[in-house]
Amino acid sequence: MKLEDFELGGTNLKSSDFKQGTVLTTEWEPDLKYAWDNGVAIGRYLAELKEGRIIARACHSCKRIMLPPRMFCELCFRPTDEWFYVQDTGTVNTFSIARVNWDASRRGPDEPALLPAVIEIDGASKGMGILHMLGEVEPEEIRIGMKVRAVWKKPGERTGAITDILYFKPIAPARHTPPAKASAGAKKKVKTKARSKAGAARGKR
Amino acid sequence: MAITEKITSTTVPTFWEGEIPVRYVYTYGIAGERFFRAVKEKGTFLATRCEDCDITFVPPKAFCDRCFEKLDDYIDVGTTGYVETFTISFRNMDGSEKRHPRILAMVRIEGTDGGLIHYLEGIDWEEIAIGMPVRAVFKPKAQRKGSIEDIVGFGPVE
Amino acid sequence: MGMRKVAIVGAGITKFVRRAQETGKELSWQASKMALDSCELTLDDVDMVTLGTAPDAFDGVHMKGEYLADGAGAIGKPYMRHYVGGGTGVFSPIHGWFHVASGMADICLVVAEEKMSSCHPHPQGAFLTIFDHTTEQPLKPTLIWIFALEMNRYMSTYGISKADIARVSVKNKRNALDHPSAQIAENITVQDVLDSETLCWPVNRLDISPASDGAAAIVLASERVARRLTDKPVWIDGVGFSLDTAYWGTRDLCYPRYVETAARMAYDMAGIKEPSKEIHIAEPYDPFDYKELHHLEGLMLCPRGEAARLTAEGYTARDGNLPVCPSGGALGVGNPIAATGLMKIIEIFLQLRGEAGKRQVPGTPRCGLAQAWGDLMQVGTVVVMRI
Repeated sequence: MKLEDFELGGTNLKSSDFKQGTVLTTEWEPDLKYAWDNGVAIGRYLAELKEGRIIARACHSCKRIMLPPRMFCELCFRPTDEWFYVQDTGTVNTFSIARVNWDASRRGPDEPALLPAVIEIDGASKGMGILHMLGEVEPEEIRIGMKVRAVWKKPGERTGAITDILYFKPIAPARHTPPAKASAGAKKKVKTKARSKAGAARGKR
Repeated sequence: MAITEKITSTTVPTFWEGEIPVRYVYTYGIAGERFFRAVKEKGTFLATRCEDCDITFVPPKAFCDRCFEKLDDYIDVGTTGYVETFTISFRNMDGSEKRHPRILAMVRIEGTDGGLIHYLEGIDWEEIAIGMPVRAVFKPKAQRKGSIEDIVGFGPVE
Repeated sequence: MGMRKVAIVGAGITKFVRRAQETGKELSWQASKMALDSCELTLDDVDMVTLGTAPDAFDGVHMKGEYLADGAGAIGKPYMRHYVGGGTGVFSPIHGWFHVASGMADICLVVAEEKMSSCHPHPQGAFLTIFDHTTEQPLKPTLIWIFALEMNRYMSTYGISKADIARVSVKNKRNALDHPSAQIAENITVQDVLDSETLCWPVNRLDISPASDGAAAIVLASERVARRLTDKPVWIDGVGFSLDTAYWGTRDLCYPRYVETAARMAYDMAGIKEPSKEIHIAEPYDPFDYKELHHLEGLMLCPRGEAARLTAEGYTARDGNLPVCPSGGALGVGNPIAATGLMKIIEIFLQLRGEAGKRQVPGTPRCGLAQAWGDLMQVGTVVVMRI
């Protein structure tokens, strides 16, 4: 068989077919709202964010300090063991400079780009990144491996949400950050060791 | 055990609210376009028929779902039928009581194997019966947009 | 393991278009009917049906499998729907393979359909739900972020430039000029990709496949039946699938380990020891141009970090050592999610049979592979096929 020997289905319509009504349509907007239960781990995570702290959970079996916290370890498949405050600083694992909004509409010329990033939080195990935003930084100055610190909403304005952290900003002036490729790997390794020891001492129930 | 640990503070948020911000614009498809064009412009119903399987589809289908053959011969089957089954709704979506009960029926279109789910209008709910003949009542042509709402409902056959 | 051999004996596909007039049922029927016609079967011959289609939220139909059943030829038959996000289309033949390999069915119709155009303001609204509703959605993410973040990490880890990656888009859109289903086939240059609108740096508009409507279908048969139906059955010799954690921020974003796990499973089953030598032609999933490179590495068809260089050298061109996405891929043919994966399976089917027309790769490929990937960048699905 060859595709070329068949008359293929699929009738393409143009936007104008919809605007001019050359094709009939019907519309529907679902009226659904959700209230997602936070559960124990995320409930505590959000409550701590309200207090300006980031909390993780530790699994004593695989020795991971996990963020976001979870009450079971998906690798060891057992309950996690203890709560663990981590720092509000971290390292940029990767980032983007976004010119589009969630609905694929474009950001206007006067609107700053959105700066989503995966940030590996200090005190959590290596590679434990969370999605958040970068701020107080020129997009072209962002580098993978850059050290950043959370900028929090004022205590009275915090609601117990991931957005209680407004964004993460560079700790050192961006221009002093060494190129990501050269430094990121080595730097992280050293820190991780120091981190887990310090973390264990700080861990509290 | 840690996994059973409870949140004891009542001040912590225990749920997160959200919604999925989508709406839909549906085309009717090859057969559906023909059907709703006829509703809008002629105030009648079209069907397709599979001779091999002896089935007449209303609303029409572009293919026979039994033998998978293409169907593209559209026939006008008129607007009368009979009540195949019905239900009477006394409550609104929010649970409150309806001022006037509404009858929702499955109407089999005469001479076909298909039909429409729609309201019965102008029929007292105490007189409704399975098998009762009914006829589609359309909105005035100028108000019809090519949708199921172009049909007001099914009413009695005089 | 007592499993029967399974062959692909027929295929069907619609054009991939931005907005189809056809309903999803009608698209499914067009592809399914063509697949049955291509091997001279009727619906009566079909024992079982499987259907792949991605999120219900694209259509706002919360029983999409059932909704599409009549177009998939499933009325009155054992029927199952499967869904693993973007990995769905290559899971479709795997799902059908289970039915036939197990001895439950001699002929299984496998259908994949997607209609994304009903969803407004954009299918992105539905994609939003893949992000965690409490810890991620409040940041108002778009799906493109996740690709941009992964692509940046990939580029940075291996020192790859945007131009290196853009070559994939150029190659695939050009290959698609010869595909009768193609939605966005065109002859463009690397510079065109780099000059196209930046959506989420490093992702530009021409780095991305479009939203599409379309359907595809194949017919699977047991060995006995397949040999009766055709003298060119294409055997499904290996299947693999694997899922990584939904805590995507925890993963190594520069390498798709879940693809490797799925590939190893499929290679083991097919007895493949050296994939880069034994696989002659590949259709990895390419919704974004860097993903083709990412996946070639995960599939162990290119050494890690080397796929871009090999692409630049023409290794993956249609007449290269390892033709990759000779169909034109998602970047050129279009990306109606589930249907795209099955389109890739169909391309390998046709290429191995020497029936790919103008897209036919030189030589006589004997072994090919299709792969898809999806969900929260966490599922890998792989099928190895031989003639």
